[in-house]
Amino acid sequence: MQWEVVIGLEIHTQLATQSKIFSGSATTFGSEPNTQASLVDLGMPGVLPVLNQEAVRMACMFGLAIDAEIGPRNVFARKNYFYPDLPKGYQISQMDLPIVGKGHLDIALEDGTIKRIGVTRAHLEEDAGKSLHEDFNGATGIDLNRAGTPLLEIVSEPDMRSAKEAVAYVKAIHALVRYLGICDGNMAEGSLRCDCNVSIRPKGQTEFGTRCEIKNVNSFRFIERAINSEIQRQIDLIEDGGKVVQETRLYDPNKDETRSMRSKEEANDYRYFPDPDLLPVVIEPGFLDSVRAALPELPPQKVERFQSQYGLSAYDANVLASSREQADYFEQVVKIGGDAKLAANWVMVELGSLLNKLGVEIDQSPVSAEYLGGMLLRIRDNTISGKIAKTVFEAMAAGEGDADSIIESRGLKQVTDTGAIDKMLDEMLAANAEQVEQYRAADEAKRGKMFGFFVGQAMKASKGKANPGQVNQLLKAKLEG
Amino acid sequence: MHQLTLAEIARGLADKSFSSEELTGALLSRIKQLDPQLNSFITVTQAQALDQARAADARRASGETGALLGAPIAHKDLFCTNGVRTSCGSKMLDSFTAPYDATVVAKLAEAGMVTLGKTNMDEFAMGSANESSHYGAVKNPWNLEHVPGGSSGGSAAAVAARLLPATTGTDTGGSIRQPAAFTNLTGLKPTYGRVSRWGMIAYASSLDQGGPLARTAEDCALLLQGMAGFDAKDSTSVDEPVPDFSANLNASLQGLRIGLPKEYFGAGLDPRIADLVQASVKELEKLGAVVKEISLPNMQHAIPAYYVIAPAEASSNLSRFDGVRFGHRCEDPKDLTDLYKRSRGEGFGAEVQRRIMVGTYALSAGYYDAYYVKAQQIRRLIKNDFMAAFADVDVILGPTTPNPAWKLGAKSSDPVAAYLEDVYTITANLAGLPGLSMPAGFVDGLPVGVQLLAPYFQEGRLLNIAHRYQQVTDWHTRAPNGF
Repeated sequence: MQWEVVIGLEIHTQLATQSKIFSGSATTFGSEPNTQASLVDLGMPGVLPVLNQEAVRMACMFGLAIDAEIGPRNVFARKNYFYPDLPKGYQISQMDLPIVGKGHLDIALEDGTIKRIGVTRAHLEEDAGKSLHEDFNGATGIDLNRAGTPLLEIVSEPDMRSAKEAVAYVKAIHALVRYLGICDGNMAEGSLRCDCNVSIRPKGQTEFGTRCEIKNVNSFRFIERAINSEIQRQIDLIEDGGKVVQETRLYDPNKDETRSMRSKEEANDYRYFPDPDLLPVVIEPGFLDSVRAALPELPPQKVERFQSQYGLSAYDANVLASSREQADYFEQVVKIGGDAKLAANWVMVELGSLLNKLGVEIDQSPVSAEYLGGMLLRIRDNTISGKIAKTVFEAMAAGEGDADSIIESRGLKQVTDTGAIDKMLDEMLAANAEQVEQYRAADEAKRGKMFGFFVGQAMKASKGKANPGQVNQLLKAKLEG
Repeated sequence: MHQLTLAEIARGLADKSFSSEELTGALLSRIKQLDPQLNSFITVTQAQALDQARAADARRASGETGALLGAPIAHKDLFCTNGVRTSCGSKMLDSFTAPYDATVVAKLAEAGMVTLGKTNMDEFAMGSANESSHYGAVKNPWNLEHVPGGSSGGSAAAVAARLLPATTGTDTGGSIRQPAAFTNLTGLKPTYGRVSRWGMIAYASSLDQGGPLARTAEDCALLLQGMAGFDAKDSTSVDEPVPDFSANLNASLQGLRIGLPKEYFGAGLDPRIADLVQASVKELEKLGAVVKEISLPNMQHAIPAYYVIAPAEASSNLSRFDGVRFGHRCEDPKDLTDLYKRSRGEGFGAEVQRRIMVGTYALSAGYYDAYYVKAQQIRRLIKNDFMAAFADVDVILGPTTPNPAWKLGAKSSDPVAAYLEDVYTITANLAGLPGLSMPAGFVDGLPVGVQLLAPYFQEGRLLNIAHRYQQVTDWHTRAPNGF
């Protein structure tokens, strides 16, 4: 049986506001437990929520960025359930009238095609606190620092058909919220968390299969693995004659498997109703215009501009624009180095593999955009060859300074002096007299192959510093002559 | 000194006939002497009160003035008071010391008022007889075998017994107006949003509103002046200018259009109360008012709608009392579920549990549309009825309650019978309108109240009418025997 996978995602992004969504407490991560919990965050008797306008503005930015309708009148609702780290016994969220309605986001797939993923809605809500189960002699500690941190929950359509597509979508959302500056995207600290709804159906079937929700996956790698292991579980289950039961599951990265957390029957009845402590949020058109005017250039526009302004391919433009930091880095390199295609190659290939190897993001790159741009200048003015540039790049990565000082101190300056190259070639040919004889006796086809041997010898003799173009030209003349 | 009204106290303090400290001391002894019969206070803050009185005297000595400076007040025990137990009349909060002041408390303290203590109330403001308090029932000073009304029963009984001139209360379905009627007081429920709810422990958030209880409309005006105003900490507070409520108390009633809703005078109303209401109308006519009959056709739906919306909101509002962070926690919980069940089961009384269950049911999947949504639709119809009525009249008048105060325990076994007593008051909460109850006579020695309802933010009009009425009648001046 051929199976088709259907995936929809709910992404919780912590908004990067200074203070919480309904209180004035700070939202800094990692503070001493309960030092950032005010009367409101503690759910003290008699306290009332006051909506943080900044959270509304950020949600509107996101909505505009995905071309969504912004709810002109959106409503906060209470989601009622008991849990020790939920101080009021309800979470203030949005149900029937969310702030962001239907929108969409384009993702670049590995084969270079672009796929449009629907966003059903995005709504504002408050985060809960944390239950700490260690260090309390069997009791549970409650840290309410996180309680009340603003979240934007972004719900996708079930539009993804593989774990890879799901990851590409999460990456696109991740990039977008960072582009907008509304979320720091730090998944390790829980700033962006993902619930994955996964189902399978026989290829060609139109109705969906029964879905399972994998809760709270918080890295790109785990999202891919969790989904793949869940897909396999469902396929095995059905092919063994079983049935998928709708339930919530947790992914265990150590065992690389999902396990049941609670069934649909055990699910809470959240008894949503409009929060009487908060008025409906009315989004005035003028406010929306000001938010729109302040939007930064977003990935789609950037991709387009990279193609038209720099002549990059659609794929290269997409890769470079996939994060704001990478796009900014690239443009800085172009600004200094002057050659966009060369810059694109270096950023994507050499820098990409360096960062990958080090496991760091581009904003922690050991080679700054200024250094890389400076090195490209030396390639372009023939001070160094592309091959020597790799050595220079490695030295820059090792912290030896900028390209010019490395070229200088290591004596890597390319030899372009025709006389010097001429002399070096004569010596090399003399040392390989036998091969020269063979070359001259050979036919055209064989000569082509042998020519490469002489180039190699010449570059070796010059320790790679000889200008390859000049070497080619002079060598040809000498051998033919 | 205990016979003085708030306005008289203001004059006495201003012309230095007595100090706040003398007054406070006198009232504290009176509370000590008489309150055991009434049980109107949960907490008396004697030492703090005397400190505040001395501080107020010092402020006055340094040249500060103000009608409320040095005047006594007591707060219904659901207004959070920093450093003082705030119990909500519940075992759940018996050990709860509020870490902050409610806006109302802070504003009145700022104005220099001296807090004598916290008054008894129905548990979490749920009740209309003040019998559901963890601290025991409050007695009506007019007849100690009768209830004082609720839920602000302690606030009403204390003022009626001349323990102090004025108190704060809250009104979710009549909880200021009904006890005012039962104890011969003037009580005002302001427009929803007029008085901040910050620090006022919620029963039903969309209906709750704080307001004053006093003997006269003039005193209510003074106290409301100190309580009212926009508060950025309460999103439902309305940024509407606060007029000088005392300025127009004596305005003429010539041409005032009073609407009498025919639905307020139907079956269920004690005919003796109907007669007293008609007599009050005659007095107002003598003052120049013109009367016409109006209709509020959806009034019959108000009680069912209220008893869905209020419990629904309460079921959620009271979820925070879970034994985890504050309030009652059961002994030796076995696990989390046990902690929740026993802490809440032990901490909440029967009426609170009943309303939590009703509200939880009304919000449940599959019932929400039939109950909660329907109730909200009725609420809109009731509001529309009022809007239509106020197109033709300036104020609506009727009885505050269908019957006078009943005997303690008389309705304890039949909660619905008690719910039905709210029939005239809850529409103002559902619509968010201001309402006032004023003394209008006696039946079997028990006080009767007349209710006035006005358009949004027209508290001044209600106070003006009540004050003019109190200039030509003396019901409000009568004191219960023994007090």
